[in-house]
Amino acid sequence: MSTALRAFTARLPPPSSQAFRSGPWAAGVLLASLLLLAALAPFVAPYGVDVLDLANRRGAPSQSHWFGTDELGRDLFTRVLYGARISLAIGLVSAAVSAVIGVSVGSLAGYAGRWVDGLLMRVTDAMLSVPRLPLLMISAAVLEPGVPLLILLVGAAGWMETARVVRAEVQSIKARDFVAAARAVGAAAPRVVIRHVLPGVVPTAAVATTLAVGRGILLESALSFFGVGVQPPTASWGNMLYQAQTTMSSEPWLGVFPGAFIFVTVLCCNVLGNALSSPRHG
Amino acid sequence: MLRFVGRRAAQAIPLLLVVSLLVFALIHAVPGGPLALYLDNPNVRPQDIERLRRAMGLDRPLTEQYLSWLWSFVRGDWGYSYADGRPVMDRLLERVPATLELVGVSTVAAVIVALLTGTLSAARRGFDRVATVAAVAGMSLPVFWFGLVLQLVFANQLGWLPSSGRSSFSGGGFVDQLSHLILPAAVLAAAHAAGWSRYLRGSMHQVLAMPFVLAARARGVGERGIVLRHALRHALLPFATVVLLDASIMASGAVVTESVFAWPGVGSLFTESLARRDYTVLMAFMMCASVAVVILSLVADVTVHALDPRTREQE
Repeated sequence: MSTALRAFTARLPPPSSQAFRSGPWAAGVLLASLLLLAALAPFVAPYGVDVLDLANRRGAPSQSHWFGTDELGRDLFTRVLYGARISLAIGLVSAAVSAVIGVSVGSLAGYAGRWVDGLLMRVTDAMLSVPRLPLLMISAAVLEPGVPLLILLVGAAGWMETARVVRAEVQSIKARDFVAAARAVGAAAPRVVIRHVLPGVVPTAAVATTLAVGRGILLESALSFFGVGVQPPTASWGNMLYQAQTTMSSEPWLGVFPGAFIFVTVLCCNVLGNALSSPRHG
Repeated sequence: MLRFVGRRAAQAIPLLLVVSLLVFALIHAVPGGPLALYLDNPNVRPQDIERLRRAMGLDRPLTEQYLSWLWSFVRGDWGYSYADGRPVMDRLLERVPATLELVGVSTVAAVIVALLTGTLSAARRGFDRVATVAAVAGMSLPVFWFGLVLQLVFANQLGWLPSSGRSSFSGGGFVDQLSHLILPAAVLAAAHAAGWSRYLRGSMHQVLAMPFVLAARARGVGERGIVLRHALRHALLPFATVVLLDASIMASGAVVTESVFAWPGVGSLFTESLARRDYTVLMAFMMCASVAVVILSLVADVTVHALDPRTREQE
């Protein structure tokens, strides 16, 4: 299980200060505005996404170019906004993919028990034993994926945590009386799982999925940083960093800004996941 | 005890088989198979590819290839690197010391930081708030970006530390090597220290809510004694297992950190081999990393079993 998830699933004591409680709200608002900016990128971006300004290449941040310009004179702020569309889409959709696989595997293993449980959990353990990033890097190098396939790959690499927590939750719900009652009146297993067990799993799955969004963004950026993720000219935060790493000392803004966006976005996801997993207060 | 170790080890074997299938399937999913690199090379004639294919056994049925690959791997025959023709095992082994140095130092650093901040967080509310913010931030940092920013600040701007490599070209003594180690070790340690301190804090809180702590308080044990002698001692075992179980994340982190800092370890061998599509090296890397992860989790299980009688009663 990932460090972050494990740390967060250990129940946190009630937050005491006003500042702490406002954290999740701030994170939510920040994420929402990022999503909005990304969605509206064609309208809010100060320049066109591929507009070259060859007279103004490698320009430092200024009034006309807030984040500076890259080696082709493209406005970095504009590219960060367009990159947000790709990076956020990969984070969100891959988390949804992870959630679907994780909830299916987890509830099947937890509800069916016996050899099904044994088999599925063995596979989950095996997937957790393979270092995730190198595995993804090889898959991406081998398959040379476009964005949709990349989403599937990142999602397929991130369902194990969800499967584990969902399985545990299903096992505990399965032992409750209302499940026995549903079975007693003759409900078939699929109906029991969908109508009676899965609703109880939603909070746990929501936490795991929120954390998976952040992890998906990190994985995409790492893959693109190594040149096997999103391919230029499509901008993503990760491949902007890939292009920036060689000129980090002369044009630091090219790397600092995209990375800062990755950092802040993942931070917001983790703060939200953290808040969702701790018991409600006020 | 021996029976427990034996049973856990036996459980690890099917796990490793699944892992090996996964790795094998992945490499053979390449359009064109492991020789795809040569297919695009105009200097390699089709009949050469055909000859290579036969020489490497790639014309045989997949199950046969898998079994023979697995058997050679177990015997220690890991094949030859496509890049320079040297045995894969030699190439990996020569990189191991550098990785052990980096991972070892950063793990020790992360454990120390996590122990200090985790304990203080559980004991002091004010400190806890600061530590929470720092830890969540630490877990959200993109490792490669953090590395680039540290390079920028400490190597390029301030000029205090070297930006990459394991030592200067002229060789350099202990101080020189140490100065090369600081930045990559700090990057690798940061994320782990954050996660582990959160975990320690969480389990300390659970322990502090237990009746025996109340009993100790009632006997008049001071706050320092409660936290250090009672709570921390209870929380140490799960903490140690978490450190061991994170080996897989550590491997991913090492790949990124070593590449950013050109640290000549196994991780940068991986990225170099990836760029050259050197599949024999990549397969051996994945297998070794997974075997290491499985062994460490086995060690974690056995340690808990040996040290915590409660886990034994459940059987």
